[in-house]
Amino acid sequence: MPEASTWNAERTREIIAEYLGLEGPMLPILHALQEEFGFISSDAIPVIADALNLTRAEVHGVVTFYHDFRHEPCGHHLLQLCRGEACQSVGSEGLAETVLGKLGVGWHGTTADGEVTVEPVYCLGLCATSPSALIDGEPLGRLDAGKISEALEEACAP
Amino acid sequence: MTRIFVPQDMAALAVGANKVAAKIAAEAQARGLPIEIIRTGSRGMFFLEPLIEVETAQGRIGYGPVSVADVASLFDAGLLDGGAHALRIGKPEDHPFLAPQTRLTFARCGIIDPLSLADYEAHDGWKGLKRAIEVGPQAIVDQVTKSGLRGRGGAGFPTGIKWKTVADTQADRKYVVCNADEGDSGTFADRMIMEGDPLALIEGMTICGIGVGATKGYIYCRSEYPYAGKTFSEAVRIAREAGFLGPNILGSGYAFELELRMGAGAYVCGEETALLESLEGKRGIVRAKPPLPAHKGLFAKPTVINNVLSLVAVPTVLDRGAEFYAGFGFGRSRGTMPIQIAGNVRYGGLYEIAFGLTLGELVDTVGGGTKSGRPVRAVQCGGPLGAYFPRSLFDTPFDYEAFAARDGLIGHGGIVIFDDTVDMAQMARFAMEFCAIESCGKCTPCRIGSIRGVEVVDHVLAGVKPAENMALLEDLCNTMKFGSLCALGGFAPYPVMSAVRHFREDFTPRVLAAAE
Repeated sequence: MPEASTWNAERTREIIAEYLGLEGPMLPILHALQEEFGFISSDAIPVIADALNLTRAEVHGVVTFYHDFRHEPCGHHLLQLCRGEACQSVGSEGLAETVLGKLGVGWHGTTADGEVTVEPVYCLGLCATSPSALIDGEPLGRLDAGKISEALEEACAP
Repeated sequence: MTRIFVPQDMAALAVGANKVAAKIAAEAQARGLPIEIIRTGSRGMFFLEPLIEVETAQGRIGYGPVSVADVASLFDAGLLDGGAHALRIGKPEDHPFLAPQTRLTFARCGIIDPLSLADYEAHDGWKGLKRAIEVGPQAIVDQVTKSGLRGRGGAGFPTGIKWKTVADTQADRKYVVCNADEGDSGTFADRMIMEGDPLALIEGMTICGIGVGATKGYIYCRSEYPYAGKTFSEAVRIAREAGFLGPNILGSGYAFELELRMGAGAYVCGEETALLESLEGKRGIVRAKPPLPAHKGLFAKPTVINNVLSLVAVPTVLDRGAEFYAGFGFGRSRGTMPIQIAGNVRYGGLYEIAFGLTLGELVDTVGGGTKSGRPVRAVQCGGPLGAYFPRSLFDTPFDYEAFAARDGLIGHGGIVIFDDTVDMAQMARFAMEFCAIESCGKCTPCRIGSIRGVEVVDHVLAGVKPAENMALLEDLCNTMKFGSLCALGGFAPYPVMSAVRHFREDFTPRVLAAAE
């Protein structure tokens, strides 16, 4: 996962400018900002509002509506465990409990060393090779606790 | 030069297809064998993934599921000539999972290089579009209407009627929006198309644009499908360069342009009006209807909004005729349905077939029962808002009306199988929990009711006035069903009530168990 850079207003304005020609540019702008900075800083909200001629409340409303947009940076690695019914049918809830317990975090939590953030995801469309997960965006299927540990070690290896 | 086909479908990648492809390349090089690796979509036999295929004199021969450790032994066995090996499945199209299928929508998926115009054309690509240009807008809409095609997203609304409404509405600008926000657990057909045959979706949307007089199309793809997004945008670029999109499609004078937009993790944006709000850059809050999107949709302009599978069925309808398509099916459900068999299942994957097979045939015969080998106890059909079916309802034919008659829905065609270890009270609780997480917040019965629903199930299981709370749960489900604008709050009661009705024995207090 690329290191998130710290927020800066000038770069934010540049990114917004790239998308202003689109119809309904809000989501593309937010995705691009998160891609660049790793999260949507609250300082970005007035800048977006100004560029799109919206109120800050409207922009805040959009940013907080969608599960994807983070309000603070996540750990160095992001583990997204699927909680969809197809994964549950092959024991994903127990698997998640084991993994969360091992890492010592709850859902949306980040390990004490800042290495791994764990988030739930509701279906990755890998429902015939479940249980499924993403590690830093890489899909994994037919998982068990051992495979997740292995994949995390591989991702965290220097 | 021998051609070897390795899928790059996201599910194949999840079980190691990239590593297998790299190992094949390395092994061939080490042995001095000339090969070319082609990355394809998936055939939909996920129990065999990674499923590799080799082009031989007898046709394509499949091997699967292949792990990195198997590659050397495959070469030893004469992989390039289709040699015998424990993983050899013969010709994929003769496999018992594929042979009985009727692949219209998925005819090319897993066979062609998704981004090769030459492959697409060689496998009947663009024939529907060329025919559409020939016959013109009126005939396009007529053909789609006559084909009996109904919305594959779940609602089953006749596609032709939707198109006619948009075609008949006067406006300076109209839109075609493709709903690729495939959020239902147990479904992956849209993803497979966008990764395995994206040009077919472009063709279907372009035909729709010509038919209704729209010049701009958007595909709203969920962010959980990054590979689908990447492959599809690349396909749009390729199609545009070759003149299949743009101001003058194939010199016909018709203009159509496409743009991909990624969602941001909100399940409710799969609801068509919430999706339109999201495309406009707002919170994904459901709109009240009327006005219908066909009259006032995206940016208040007339808009066709269709699911991926509906749009991908269209080129076949145009190319082979409405009668051909309508010739498949059952009752008022015409054509084929890509059914997705998932969860705790032995042979999980995509099974495209005419409507009418019974649920039992799909689960036991096609799916082969559970992967765990334990008895099937429940099957959830139609995603997280679909009902749980017990074995006693396995005679239900796969058809919109037959499922509705049994208080269920086929939705987007996903079937999730559970074995006898499933705790149906927990599944009912999860349906409420999911609804609470994903509710857009507009309707009180959905926003608050789902949270109360979780609490009520918890009370029952904790032994707090269980009989009263079961009655309350039923009452709450009724309020949600009739008091919510969209399917999220309106259908969340289906899994809950079906669990209560068919698996009531699971809703017994667990106080003693908890105390132990």
